[in-house]
Amino acid sequence: MASHYEAPIRKPLVLGDKGYHDVSVDIAAPVEGRANKQWWIVFSIALAALLWGVGAIIYTISTGIGTWGLNKTVNWAWDITNFVWWVGIGHAGTLISAVLLLFRQKWRMAINRSAEAMTIFSVIQAGLFPIIHMGRPWLAYWVVPIPNQFGSLWVNFNSPLLWDVFAISTYLSVSLVFWWTGLLPDFGMIRDRAVKPFQKKIYGLVSFGWTGRAKDWQRFEEVSLVLAGLATPLVLSVHTIVSFDFATSVIPGWHTTIFPPYFVAGAIFSGFAMVQTLLIIMRKVSHLEDYITVQHIELMNIVIMITGSIVGCAYITELFIAWYSGVEYEQYAFLNRATGPYWWAYLLMMSCNVVSPQIMWFKKIRTSIVISFIISIVVNVGMWFERFVIIVTSLHRDYLPSSWTMFSPTFVDIGIFIGTIGFFFVLFLLYSRTFPVIAQAEVKSILKSSGSRFKALRDAGKPLYTISKNGIVRETIIGNEEEAAVSAEPDKESLLSTLGSFDSGTQEPDDLKKVKGIGPLMEKTLNKLGIFSFLQVSKMTQKEYDMLDALTGAFPGRAQRDDWAGQAKMFLNNDK
Amino acid sequence: MYTFSNRLKIASFILMAVGVLGIGIGFVSAPATVEEAKAMVAAHDDGHGDSHGEEASHAMASDHGGASDHNSDHDEHLLHQLQNRPWAALYVAAFFFFMIALGVLAFYGIQRASQAGWSPLLFRVMEGITAYLVPGGIIVFVILVLSVLHFNHMFTWMDADVVAHDKLLQNKAGYLNPTFFLIRAAIFLGGWIGYREISRRLSIAQDNADDNSNFKKNFRFSAAFLVFYLISESIMSWDWIMSVDPHWFSTLFGWYVFASMIVSGITVIAMVTIYLKSKGYLPDVNDSHIHDLAKFMFGFSIFWTYLWFGQFMLIWYANIPEEVTYFVTRIEDYNLPFFGMVAMNFVFPLLLLMNSDYKRVNWFVIMTGIVLLAGHYLDIFNMIMPATVGDQWYIGVPEIGAILFFSGAFIFWVFRALTHAPLQPSRNPFIEESRHFHY
Repeated sequence: MASHYEAPIRKPLVLGDKGYHDVSVDIAAPVEGRANKQWWIVFSIALAALLWGVGAIIYTISTGIGTWGLNKTVNWAWDITNFVWWVGIGHAGTLISAVLLLFRQKWRMAINRSAEAMTIFSVIQAGLFPIIHMGRPWLAYWVVPIPNQFGSLWVNFNSPLLWDVFAISTYLSVSLVFWWTGLLPDFGMIRDRAVKPFQKKIYGLVSFGWTGRAKDWQRFEEVSLVLAGLATPLVLSVHTIVSFDFATSVIPGWHTTIFPPYFVAGAIFSGFAMVQTLLIIMRKVSHLEDYITVQHIELMNIVIMITGSIVGCAYITELFIAWYSGVEYEQYAFLNRATGPYWWAYLLMMSCNVVSPQIMWFKKIRTSIVISFIISIVVNVGMWFERFVIIVTSLHRDYLPSSWTMFSPTFVDIGIFIGTIGFFFVLFLLYSRTFPVIAQAEVKSILKSSGSRFKALRDAGKPLYTISKNGIVRETIIGNEEEAAVSAEPDKESLLSTLGSFDSGTQEPDDLKKVKGIGPLMEKTLNKLGIFSFLQVSKMTQKEYDMLDALTGAFPGRAQRDDWAGQAKMFLNNDK
Repeated sequence: MYTFSNRLKIASFILMAVGVLGIGIGFVSAPATVEEAKAMVAAHDDGHGDSHGEEASHAMASDHGGASDHNSDHDEHLLHQLQNRPWAALYVAAFFFFMIALGVLAFYGIQRASQAGWSPLLFRVMEGITAYLVPGGIIVFVILVLSVLHFNHMFTWMDADVVAHDKLLQNKAGYLNPTFFLIRAAIFLGGWIGYREISRRLSIAQDNADDNSNFKKNFRFSAAFLVFYLISESIMSWDWIMSVDPHWFSTLFGWYVFASMIVSGITVIAMVTIYLKSKGYLPDVNDSHIHDLAKFMFGFSIFWTYLWFGQFMLIWYANIPEEVTYFVTRIEDYNLPFFGMVAMNFVFPLLLLMNSDYKRVNWFVIMTGIVLLAGHYLDIFNMIMPATVGDQWYIGVPEIGAILFFSGAFIFWVFRALTHAPLQPSRNPFIEESRHFHY
């Protein structure tokens, strides 16, 4: 890996006065805490959408594809539009974790976990469509080349739809393995912090006995690099194969050689937009603003801007070559897109995808969270319409005017799409409460080179191991040492004055031993000082920890390292 | 400061002299009349078996209803092909070396715009290579002007007689007309050379500045250049290369040419860096920098293959007659160069540069680089030749002469440019990171 030296003009990637422990606490907080009301409300809405979608799917399969708005000419529409859209969204995750890893982009570390989760959940949505758009989905297993009793009847390997099967299933499996491997140290961290036996059991199972030895880390890094090297061509090839569904055909508007890289660029474009949408909310809700900073948002906007420009360049190329080719059918396909009955979809796609990302050239706009959020949604709408325009406008008017027709979706088409959105959010909401949403091991690896606290220490010429908890680093380093000398003899009254006293007559003492780091002996010591309840422990801060250390004289710094206050807060919440 | 070694200077002069001789022989030996052309083909067939003769007779036989009129058409065509050969050889080599400089410029722009921490040590090397844009660009432009002035028949659409009988070309005349063609070429060359000069000036000014304003300006210019490059490179590839087959079209073409360009560019950066390092001029450049360059060679080779395959497979699969002729002629007449380049540009670097230890072995990178450059020369050869000389291609005196001349000119100009400024930028904000770079 690159050295720890970092140019001073690079901005910090972890804000605030963070040490290693703070990173663990901040990232574990959503997992260890309880879901609030808003979460349950959003979850219920997503679940309702999912159930509605399940109903629509069951209706389709039991009644027939005729319930959709497809007709004899337009035989692919919302189904494949949604499929390509979801696959496209899924690409940003692997791109962030693999390509940005290969390019040694440190800023990926705060966003890769969620981006990969998004990949997996959206590939699952995408994977539904190839099955449910079949006329006889119960024979779907015939696409797999397995020896059988029909004289080993085989599949034809010439169809891009079969390549899709291999592409998507490989993509999902590799992404899943890549994601899970990265999760091992983080699950290990949650397991080691877990105080309730059930949690400990579960996280012990999913962390596969990760102990973080040097040899483990060495192999871990090597595996990550190899998987990143494999995942990058995979990303390109998967969406390329999806684009082959259209580009290998002879339909005007579909048969064009630029589709492979252009679909990939579009996938990165829409995928990053979706990451942007999700992370802008997540940083707020899960209080991760110090990790997913405005700089992260700005950099994602720049990626959106670049890929948006590439997509725009491809649109213009297609238009130019359609004219240049002299093929009337091709020329008409583009004329029809711009001025035909679906002109509004084309206009929407052009304005959302080509025009809207261009405003990111202004720094004021790309560092604005509100505008980034709006644009990220606009881009995803635009990219949905891009697929819709490519698929439907090329099909509804092609070679024979006698087969020209129109397409309009039914409520079943729409219901299934809404169902997949619901399913996606069900999965993502569950994920955000049970998984460490930021790769803490990775963030810790850049903390000393790119954390704002350590950057400040380095600028001030101070050693990086200086422990400080409050305020701005430069002042406190020297200040703290003097302070410690002055307040050498605290008494227990001043300690209890901030923690609050405990009345043994009216209150039940808590079992303080539940707090990790408090043993039977320590509990007795604390009781002697007048500390009996989680409420009291939860109020402890740096000052109280220092006083406690001075009073007990045992294990200095222990309480702070174990974050007793944080643990106690959790028990308080759980007991409510 | 770098001093241009006398041995290298003399070598470059020898290359140029031998090259000029080869190019001259090519032009002198081109046939002036139909009879000479037929005699040449006959003599050629005697010497090299009768494979071409068979094809020719096959082509004759399949031309049903071919009267003597048709035969003379065919002879005329043959004469044009043979007359084109020295021109096409010159054009392929001129474009290939120009493309290397342009590829390096694109890579340089990307490095600046992305604020890479590893590459600033190599900026002066890249700036030295891009210096070739000026002479290289002028030569390519002159060849294009001479084509417009009918000194050759490389671009059939420039021939008013041909256009008069070709409905398709008439429809394209709004775009494919000589004046507009030269205006576009001038704008693109002006834009690329302009960015190169501005960026170079700011880069040197930054060395003596006491703030980062030059660096920041350079960042902005680089971002703007990349936008210009994205558009101009596509159009350039349609103009300068795709239009030699004016009936054929492919939307991917511009990006495909880009892939070839960037691989060759990065390869040359690696080779020049290794050469300078071996002479002790780049003391802070370490194996990690070479490793990174080799990774880019590896990665972009695969990217090139991806685009090559994407274009080829889609046209092969759909098999639409107006598109597929492009590959039919290449597979029939250029079988070995066409598939050979895939081996050289994909299989070879894939196997050799996969191992990360090998990417740090300098001679390994140089050897792979030579094969890669030869492969991408063949790529350009395969783009231009089938439309200009058809089945009369041969890699002989004119082709090798042109390669030698331009390689000599390239070496002379690049290493001369390297003597103009210190080889290590001193006040780049990322130079410390680059110096500490270790992977």
